[in-house]
Amino acid sequence: MQTYTLSVSPDFSPEHLSGWFIFNTWLQKSLATPFHLELYDEFELQRRDIQLDKIDLIYANPYDAAMLVREKGFQAVARPASTSDEAVIAVLNSSACLSVDDLKEGVRVATTHDPDVHMMGMIMLEPADLDRSNVIVTPVHSYVIVAKHLLNGQADIGFFLKDAFHDLSDLIRSQMRVLVESQIDVIHHTLLAGPNVQHLIPQLLDNLLQMQDDIKGKAVLESMQMTGWLKMEQEDTEFMIDLIDTLIE
Amino acid sequence: MFITYHDGSSREITVIDQEVPYPDGKLIVSRTDTTGVITHANQAFIEMSGYSLDELIGINHNILRHPDMPAAAFKDLWVTIQSGKKWNGYVKNLRKDGAFYWVKATVIPNIRNGELMGYTSVRRKPSRSKVDACTALYAQMKMDVPS
Ligand SMILES: Cc1cc2nc3c(=O)[nH]c(=O)nc-3n(C[C@H](O)[C@H](O)[C@H](O)COP(=O)(O)O)c2cc1C
Repeated sequence: MQTYTLSVSPDFSPEHLSGWFIFNTWLQKSLATPFHLELYDEFELQRRDIQLDKIDLIYANPYDAAMLVREKGFQAVARPASTSDEAVIAVLNSSACLSVDDLKEGVRVATTHDPDVHMMGMIMLEPADLDRSNVIVTPVHSYVIVAKHLLNGQADIGFFLKDAFHDLSDLIRSQMRVLVESQIDVIHHTLLAGPNVQHLIPQLLDNLLQMQDDIKGKAVLESMQMTGWLKMEQEDTEFMIDLIDTLIE
Repeated sequence: MFITYHDGSSREITVIDQEVPYPDGKLIVSRTDTTGVITHANQAFIEMSGYSLDELIGINHNILRHPDMPAAAFKDLWVTIQSGKKWNGYVKNLRKDGAFYWVKATVIPNIRNGELMGYTSVRRKPSRSKVDACTALYAQMKMDVPS
């Protein structure tokens, strides 16, 4: 029997990732189909494998979801209930800045390769007349490293996925404060199925929507810090892609 | 005062010289059909415009038009989106209570299976310097071509 590949956008903390291993076990059982969970530390490596058609099922960030649907023939299946992707700009507690308007040209930004969080972070700088021409951006490989850049004084501000910011250890997070936080509500991660697994979508969707109603499924959801899944209609996906389109240059 | 729209229709509006600041981190989202009639509005839209969702759905988007906005800006918007392209611009919007708020707006056509289904607009917080520049520019445009 063919083994398919499941992957997850590399923007999650290790605590979240253990939940995806549990999910993969549940997935294989519920579909009676072998899946291999392929994890990536870096967005670039995952994108390379997407281009090589090595990934069949993916929990993608909204920005990559747009590319997967438009260019790679993926179809959105479901999204987590009651969460959305929000970005946070944080500074050290000791920073003199109290709002975005206090930031000046030449500000040093630590960010990840997470495309939607970076995009939202840059949008939240625009009210201070800051853009990529007059800020110094250092992309790093994880949100923990973004935090380190702030703590070490290598950066003045850091861009975080809100959930990842709250997943930082108390010791680290307590040394920082939020300068501004997005409240977009309508942009979220989605589970997308590639061309090779289209035949599995109806069963997969049924199983996902029923997860919260059975004890085992519920435990899996809890390990992923989710309450349940919502069906993604074609138009929901198109709308989210349109939204992302309005935001990219 | 009365405001007159591009099709010659008009309505009475209240205008007060008071700005409501754009909330940090929010996006104001709406969608229209192909003629500019509102089909969707998000919570931020409702809060900033001062209208309820019921009052907005089914109404022409020009309900937000502020008399300080030159007609040419909207002409440019419609020419751009009707040719299938994305439009960006700074817009001074009129609230139901007569106050105003500035936005940096982007409008794109919604294409489904190759067909135009409507438009989506997303607004974000503009910088003060851009608002000041547009205030001057739009005032000049209105003096050149009174509408
Ligand atoms: C998706 C979309 C969003 C729009 N948003 C606004 C808006 O926020 N404020 C506004 O004054 N006009 C907006 N317009 C333009 C109006 O349709 C209209 O052209 C404008 O208010 C001027 O009115 P008039 O063309 O009827 O004279 C939008 C149009 C579209 C298609």
